[in-house]
Amino acid sequence: MTAPFDPAPKDHLVSAIVRDEPRVLTRITSLFGRRGYNIRSLSVGSTEHPGLSRMTFVVTGDRGVVEQAMRQLEKLHDVVKIIDHSLEKFVDRELVLVKVAITPESRVEVRQIAEDFRARIVDVGRHALTFEVTGDEGKITAFIEQMRSFGILETMRTGRVALTRGSNADIPSHVYHEGETEALRPVVESAEPREEKARGVPNLF
Amino acid sequence: MTQQDMTGAKALWATLAAHGVGTVFGYPGGAIMPVYDALTFYPEVRHVLARHEQGAIHAAEGWAKATGEIGVCIATSGPGATNLVTGLADAMLDSVPILAITGNVARHLMGTDAFQEADITGITLPITKHNYVVRDVEELPRVIAEAIRIARSGRPGPVLVDIPKDVQLAPYHGEIATPHARPEIPAPKPEAIERARELLRSAKKPVIMVGGGSLDAAAEITALARAWDIPVITTLMGLGAFPASDPLWLGMPGMHGSVAANRAISEADVLLGIGLRFDDRVTGRVNGFAPNASIIHVDLDAAEIGKIVRTHVPVRGDARVAAQMLAEGAQKLDLPEWREKIAEWKTRTQDPDHWGAGYAVKAVVDRLRPDDILSSDVGQHQMLAAQLARFERPRRWINSGGLGTMGFGFPAAIGAGMAEPGVRSIVIAGDGGFQMTAQELATLKKYDIRNVKICIINNSFLGMVRQWQELFHERRYSEVWLGDSNPDFLKLADAYGVPAYRADRAEELPGAIDAWLNDPKSSLLEIVVPNEHGVFPMVPAGAALSEMIETEPPRPTPGIEKNAAAEEAKNA
Repeated sequence: MTAPFDPAPKDHLVSAIVRDEPRVLTRITSLFGRRGYNIRSLSVGSTEHPGLSRMTFVVTGDRGVVEQAMRQLEKLHDVVKIIDHSLEKFVDRELVLVKVAITPESRVEVRQIAEDFRARIVDVGRHALTFEVTGDEGKITAFIEQMRSFGILETMRTGRVALTRGSNADIPSHVYHEGETEALRPVVESAEPREEKARGVPNLF
Repeated sequence: MTQQDMTGAKALWATLAAHGVGTVFGYPGGAIMPVYDALTFYPEVRHVLARHEQGAIHAAEGWAKATGEIGVCIATSGPGATNLVTGLADAMLDSVPILAITGNVARHLMGTDAFQEADITGITLPITKHNYVVRDVEELPRVIAEAIRIARSGRPGPVLVDIPKDVQLAPYHGEIATPHARPEIPAPKPEAIERARELLRSAKKPVIMVGGGSLDAAAEITALARAWDIPVITTLMGLGAFPASDPLWLGMPGMHGSVAANRAISEADVLLGIGLRFDDRVTGRVNGFAPNASIIHVDLDAAEIGKIVRTHVPVRGDARVAAQMLAEGAQKLDLPEWREKIAEWKTRTQDPDHWGAGYAVKAVVDRLRPDDILSSDVGQHQMLAAQLARFERPRRWINSGGLGTMGFGFPAAIGAGMAEPGVRSIVIAGDGGFQMTAQELATLKKYDIRNVKICIINNSFLGMVRQWQELFHERRYSEVWLGDSNPDFLKLADAYGVPAYRADRAEELPGAIDAWLNDPKSSLLEIVVPNEHGVFPMVPAGAALSEMIETEPPRPTPGIEKNAAAEEAKNA
């Protein structure tokens, strides 16, 4: 038997389109909790369709764990669609508010770094500046790291949001149920690189 | 009825009637009273009053398991609703289509910790397929219709609809919802079927394993197995999905499975699983399960494929269609060595030949007619019945497989018996489990139900727990002895007007069984058996199927006598 395809635990970015009804969030989080899947970040907002909301999660686990989590989610009546962003090209963003301590000596330098990151100042105090930064996870992490030496007083991150890239027709959009998956992949074929296989493997669903 | 008279409660009954629901099981209470009041206007719906909400939902499950149709139960808010919890969890794990309707306090009281208020939709969130609170009376029929559709579609399951009391009373002006069409079940992909066929063609040691999801595909699976000439294993939930009289049948797999089934799994090179979920009681230690086999898994529920065991060929779709497709182009496999091995394993069964629980269960199940429905409670007698009964057709075996709910068997047998009044509904229970829902004897009396036959295998113990204590806890029989406090079951039955019989020796058994089965009324038979018999074969929890203990190990020292003496000394 070949080795499991992608055994290392890592972050998976997943979106769910869900009905906008009471308890949907509880239903989803309780499913995650019961089955022992940890949600690292979660953002929820409305969509272009009235009555539908979009949630973006970051779930940590190996490929099999995340697949199982997605399949369990998909069984919920309130869940309309699941999109696993790790199977496609996507754009993602996160917004963070960072309150950084300043002194008369550091003020200029802090502002300079913020400018480099295109961070906006949203609040100015005598001893602190609050920045708003938008970007992918890497940019935000880098910004926070840069500011750490000055003294970070508070941060608030929104959690990641993501959308599938729309313009590039030859990139398959592996919307759930239409793409290749770990569970539904024949074991014998799972050793080959995912990117190449993505187009070749028949959809057995 | 004029539109002006219509209320939420009446709309509920009208919707149920429009869906062909002719029988509901329930128990009234304050927050559901408008529904019970409206019931008097709907004589076409029969309401069966249980003596406990748990009895009501298990009866609904028995109904659903026997017929494949939706079982409906009703309870009031708070304690009534929470008494449904066990049955909902049971129905969830065994994929039983159940509609549970609960009353709740009026909308303005919800969330205020009002009298008899419980957040039942919150409580049952993880143990229902879906649940609803109806906050607007105009939504009520639509929600009921949708709940029925969800409960029956795809992989079936329980759906709960919670209706606040003021919604039940509110005037209703809309139409009565009619049934949804049954949704199309996705057909398996031809590529997946072709892959599975290729694997079967190359197999040297193939085996088919079918579970509770195969019950409605029994004919197709039987044709498939015969066309390829592949032996068939039926899980606890799948018993009856393949005729036991067929020489290809190997019995049940798993913890108390047959030697033939477990050995065949352990040696198989191709395992075709249909409509099963590889429960831990079936697989034993997962990495020791079918270690040499390529696994083809046919299931409707995508989440089940690859959940427990690695699947080589995933086939998502309807078991009937998949079995039909797999049977096309079948060629009989010529595998004399595999056949020989299996024939040898099949000889390694022993019918219980000396007096004990197994002997008693055998004597009862040997009297089953093909149409009889056999229910069991949970415990040793359940495993014995599953090992010894020979089912020729599906939906004749009703038991609590996934949740292992003690107290399930008797009310489920009532539900099944009411669904099919023309056939005998026989239940085998233990002395422990029977006492969890024994009050449902009143239901037999109240409705003059005549076809329910209760058999209590009384060993004065919580037998399965005792067996584990014997094997794995050095016979420290902690809190499993019932002999000092069991009721006189004959007197108990008599108190409810149910005729009862008893046998406590092998010689008495045939006569007692005759008298019990020939009684024109529902009746009870107590069979008093020795205290310390075990159920074997057995795969210890956490072991691989290949590590099965085939026969009962010799008992080193007297047990129960010693323990009873110790008990007496303690009580003195």
